Amino acid sequence: MTQILFKNIDTKGLSSIGVYEKQGGYRSIKKAFDKKPEEIIEIVKASGLRGRGGAGFPAGLKWSFLAKDVFPRYLACNADESEPGTCKDRELLEKTPHLLIEGIIVTCYACRINTGYIYYRGEFQHASDLMDKAIEEAHAQGYLGKNIMGSGLDLELHTHLGAGAYICGEESALLNSLEGRRGEPRLKPPFPAVEGLYGKPTVINNVETLCVVPWIINEGAEKHAALGTEKSKGTKLVSVSGHVKKPGNYEIVMGTPTSELIFNLAGGIRNDNKLKAFIPGGSSANILPADKVDVRYDYESIAEAGSMLGSGALIVMDHTVNIVEAALRMSYFYMHESCGKCTPCREGTRWMYQLLNDIQNGKGSSKQVEKLKDICDNMSFKCFCALGDAAVAPVASSIMHFRSDYDELIKNLEGDAVSA
Amino acid sequence: MFVFTSEDENKIEKIVKKYPIKQSALLPLLTLVQRREGYISPEAMQAIGKKLDLSPGYVQSVMSFYTMYHTEPTGKYIILFCHNISCQLNGADNLFAYTGQKLGVSGGGTTEDKKFTLHKEECLAACCGAPMMRINDTFHENLTKEKIDQILDSLP
Repeated sequence: MTQILFKNIDTKGLSSIGVYEKQGGYRSIKKAFDKKPEEIIEIVKASGLRGRGGAGFPAGLKWSFLAKDVFPRYLACNADESEPGTCKDRELLEKTPHLLIEGIIVTCYACRINTGYIYYRGEFQHASDLMDKAIEEAHAQGYLGKNIMGSGLDLELHTHLGAGAYICGEESALLNSLEGRRGEPRLKPPFPAVEGLYGKPTVINNVETLCVVPWIINEGAEKHAALGTEKSKGTKLVSVSGHVKKPGNYEIVMGTPTSELIFNLAGGIRNDNKLKAFIPGGSSANILPADKVDVRYDYESIAEAGSMLGSGALIVMDHTVNIVEAALRMSYFYMHESCGKCTPCREGTRWMYQLLNDIQNGKGSSKQVEKLKDICDNMSFKCFCALGDAAVAPVASSIMHFRSDYDELIKNLEGDAVSA
Repeated sequence: MFVFTSEDENKIEKIVKKYPIKQSALLPLLTLVQRREGYISPEAMQAIGKKLDLSPGYVQSVMSFYTMYHTEPTGKYIILFCHNISCQLNGADNLFAYTGQKLGVSGGGTTEDKKFTLHKEECLAACCGAPMMRINDTFHENLTKEKIDQILDSLP
């Protein structure tokens, strides 16, 4: 199976520039500098690379939306990896920081950007320290700084740590946080490509997305576009967690069956239990029942199956799990992380949590399940940013596919009521 | 009374230079202070505000948004114990309860000797090593009761 990101990932000392260069690192920069910036954007467009952070927006197209002739422009790399179930960016950041720097250099050349920030979630202090060291090394080798390798590109790259707020993974909240504000999302439009960081045109990409760019430059757009399915090109890092024998980050070619990930790569279900449910793309994606396990792992197939690829976090649950309990935990998360800016999300997440908590603790009724569905309807597409929709996903999908888990908890109550 | 050390001043100068506006240095400065003091006092908020031309009220409003900043003294070791979905599926709730009991702070909090502060935490991006906890900057994965004993007992 072709590997773009993980081919050399476990090479000893890969985080140092010497080893990274020996593995062929930083080759793509020279290749990119031989072309015009616009050509690089066209290459990335032709490669079919889509954003790996969650939304799946075509990367080259995003770059081409930058407001024309407005400078300075900024790059913000989203390393705020916080989606429950997701831990693939951390592996890239800790094991191969120079790959990210290389991807950022090419991207900044293509988009005529002279300053880049890598926004880490606050808990990634270790990864951020490693990156500071890598940035210093890259400077010393002449890959960062003034007129890089005679290309005319000046580029400074900085790390920036957040401080514990899931919402800062939302691109406009990330920009606010970088500006020293509360990490609340901004109204769009204007989109960041037009008015982003400090009011200037800004490119925001996820770590994994930027890490794919050097390979595309080295190997060519066609080779990337030849991998995967019609609308999902290339490979994808998938964090497989939960009830599997070998949890881990796996790189697959887009379109690989989910069953292959769970039963082959991750070794199958623990204790050879029965698969009950899985979440394909992090807690913000709909829970799917076991009978969908053959769904191909790509954007369009997972969407067709009623969920989303999201950040590439496959959470696996065996038959011992009560889905209400799982939904309750995810619902607590969204209540905790709602920034409070808009009412449907602030109130809705709290209300959903309270109802689920009642049901889980045997104080629920079928009326409350109907109320949950009603709240889901009133939040979907009505919140200020995508966090509201994300909060709805585990609740609505658990009711849709696992109503019997709810009924069981409610029936218990009704039984109690009768005996009382 | 809070004062920046000369080492702080050097670091602050470097941090502020990263950004075109001073205000961007707010989170990094809060982090700088907290890493040394364990928390951010009202005096520190004022000092940071003064450095960046921001009012203490503004500093507080930003600070209160982010869960990693503490306004009360914390223990020498801050334990963030993940309880989110992947860790929950792998028994984090029992291990969290065990850790709380072991340290004498059931449900979380700071131990009397100020050595540990235990917090239930949201997903820390180590789901493939669930259950996990982070102690200061270090991630500890694939936890068991024995492993927790071993880790906590070995901390000076």
